[in-house]
Amino acid sequence: MATTAPGNLLMTTVDRAARWARTRSMFPASFGLACCAIEMMATGAAHYDLGRFGMEVFRASPRQSDLMVVAGRVSQKMAPVLRQVYDQMPDPKWVISMGACASTGGMFNNYALVQGVDQVVPVDIYVPGCPPGPQSLMHGILTLHDKIMKGEINN
Amino acid sequence: MTDEPKILDVWVAGTEEPELAPTDEGAQEISVDESEHRLDEQFGRVVEDDYVFDDDADVDERMILNMGPQHPSTHGVLRLQIELEGETIRRTKPIIGYLHTGMEKTGEQLNFSQGGTNVTRMDYLAPFHNELAYSLAVERLLGIDVPPRAAAIRVLLTELNRVSSHLVALATNGMDIGAISMMIYGFRDREQILAFFEKTSGLRMNHNFIRPGGVAADLPPGWKDDVAEILAGLPRRLQQYDDLLENNPIWMARTKGVGVISAEEATAYGITGPTLRSTGVDWDIRKAMPYSGIEQYEFEVALGENGDVYDRYRIRMDEIAESLKIIEQVMDTMPKGDYRVDDRKVTPPPRARIDESMEALIHHFKLFTEGYKVPAGETYVAVESPRGELGCYLVSDGEARPYRMHTRAPSFYNLQALPIAMADSLMADTVATIASLDPVMGDVDR
Amino acid sequence: MTDETRSELEEAVPEEAVVERPLPENQVLRDLFARFEDVEWVDSLGQDVAQVPNQRWLEFGSAAKAAGFEVCADVTAVDWMRQRPDRFEVVANLLSMQHRLRLRMITTAPRLEPTVASLVPIWPGANFPEREAYDMFGVVFEGHPDLTRILMPDEWEGHPLRKDFGVGSVPVQFKESHKVN
Repeated sequence: MATTAPGNLLMTTVDRAARWARTRSMFPASFGLACCAIEMMATGAAHYDLGRFGMEVFRASPRQSDLMVVAGRVSQKMAPVLRQVYDQMPDPKWVISMGACASTGGMFNNYALVQGVDQVVPVDIYVPGCPPGPQSLMHGILTLHDKIMKGEINN
Repeated sequence: MTDEPKILDVWVAGTEEPELAPTDEGAQEISVDESEHRLDEQFGRVVEDDYVFDDDADVDERMILNMGPQHPSTHGVLRLQIELEGETIRRTKPIIGYLHTGMEKTGEQLNFSQGGTNVTRMDYLAPFHNELAYSLAVERLLGIDVPPRAAAIRVLLTELNRVSSHLVALATNGMDIGAISMMIYGFRDREQILAFFEKTSGLRMNHNFIRPGGVAADLPPGWKDDVAEILAGLPRRLQQYDDLLENNPIWMARTKGVGVISAEEATAYGITGPTLRSTGVDWDIRKAMPYSGIEQYEFEVALGENGDVYDRYRIRMDEIAESLKIIEQVMDTMPKGDYRVDDRKVTPPPRARIDESMEALIHHFKLFTEGYKVPAGETYVAVESPRGELGCYLVSDGEARPYRMHTRAPSFYNLQALPIAMADSLMADTVATIASLDPVMGDVDR
Repeated sequence: MTDETRSELEEAVPEEAVVERPLPENQVLRDLFARFEDVEWVDSLGQDVAQVPNQRWLEFGSAAKAAGFEVCADVTAVDWMRQRPDRFEVVANLLSMQHRLRLRMITTAPRLEPTVASLVPIWPGANFPEREAYDMFGVVFEGHPDLTRILMPDEWEGHPLRKDFGVGSVPVQFKESHKVN
């Protein structure tokens, strides 16, 4: 094209703009269940700051959030609650399964736990660890941001 | 029972709900036989600010509110069914089990040296205390004593854990009541302690470091500097919390006289820990029935008077200061020696020896495949965790795995105080009360 | 053995040997046990244990509370399967803050319809742990105000901590790989 845009004008596609907005202001829903919840809180706290990615507000209501970090072990009694909270989140929504217990049932391969939260909700990112340190969780979150920006996860 | 304390009517009836007036559209309208006074109130001609405590209100007006299990302020997956009358809570029923992990069943599948990995995830804010109770029970069954250095390392780690657990309790307590900076302060100060734990045991949480026979490894070189740094930095930060909260009129108004439990109610319900001490009862297992050599160290037991939220907050702050005193004493007097018992049937040999000695190789093999067999017997050992009496009831039938492993979880018992503490108080005080009881749902549900 | 030695041995043992029932050393416990003839005192690795017959459970509990055991620290159960004549054991750990003592009360319950009196009238704090013992073992506590499932979902069938209830483990397979025979 012969015309050049002036310096204070940004040109992009609507899709890319939408993806950029979604990544940079993702609000997590607080679904902290067990030990991983403490590490999730530590990730949001001052030392490993999630606020630099715009994510320090953990919305209490699932209707106002777009990311659900399932942090902890999901028991048989909690599984319907988990599904209900997931269903209450508006699109686009993503799920990070944090920790070994959420991803696969962890060290508790028994009657009481759902062996992997992906039997109940669709999961986008699995973060291993028992519990995963804040750095691992942040790596998981940033990987999710990356995938959304590149368009690999279109939700 | 003549000495039965006056325990308010605790709604422990089953899941059936009391008879309520059916709510349909009609019930929302102002009914014709409404009294003049009530109509005046509703139309705003008259303001009665004691309506909240109006005891003449109909039973029909009670509403059942469900709080949780997914809730920002319930400290995990606790569900409460609250019967409200206006803003006043009449009855409460805690419903638990949303984090039940079958840890006691898993405990029967893992052998005695693996048991620590399971037990440590119960009360995940005080993992060292869980491991200590379990290890003490196993050692009692085995009939062995740990060397003094191991006992001192255990005291050091458990007291540091007490500090970090109380920091989380204060942080969430503050955040729930509205002082959101407390959350940031609490977790910031905890990071230093967690860094020390990571250096020593390899993990920030859920360490599996205190094992039957001693501890898993010796303290890292330079540990004294790390601990000294923690001891130097924390008191100044505690002063920061005091500046924020103490004498703060909002904090005072929201914590004084809120969530009151009396001493008789607390003992009748088996409540222990800071909640019991806030009512004035002087009971701390570290002083009354000491374990792991803690009687050598001097410290005070913090007591409260009124049994309200303010007293519990104050006790936790004081307990942090006392724990720092103990840590300093341990640091100064740490004995030299073995960090685990020398009995090769229980403790694995050092890795270097495995290449040299056939016997060491066989011991290592047997210990890590089969595990050591513990003589038949049963025992109950209790330690003072940041939440109260954490006990381990262990039954062995002579095999390499426990026959029955049961944990007496302090938060499980402390939750029974919730209906008492919340009865006839305002809805807004619920959050403060739950936060002050400091339940950890992993402990409650196991 | 010759007849001589045998008769000597017979003379050595008195006709009616009165065996003293073993009693604990502590005076508070001694008084408590002295009042109950059929409760046996056992020293379990240095801890005091009372083996209480099932029908005396509530009575002994009240007496213990009156003797100074204000706190019921724990109530739980153990499933002995076929190793003991009565399948279940119900264990209550008591604590006396004034005397700094601990006492363990153990009773048994049979395989079919295991029932034990509830300690809730004495110690209201036994409410939750008895519900847990019911949920996990199926032991019914008579006199409990609300004996329902507490940890498992309400419609769960079976009692998980019984020895004949399997762990419920799922065979671990890696999702992308073919199942190895």
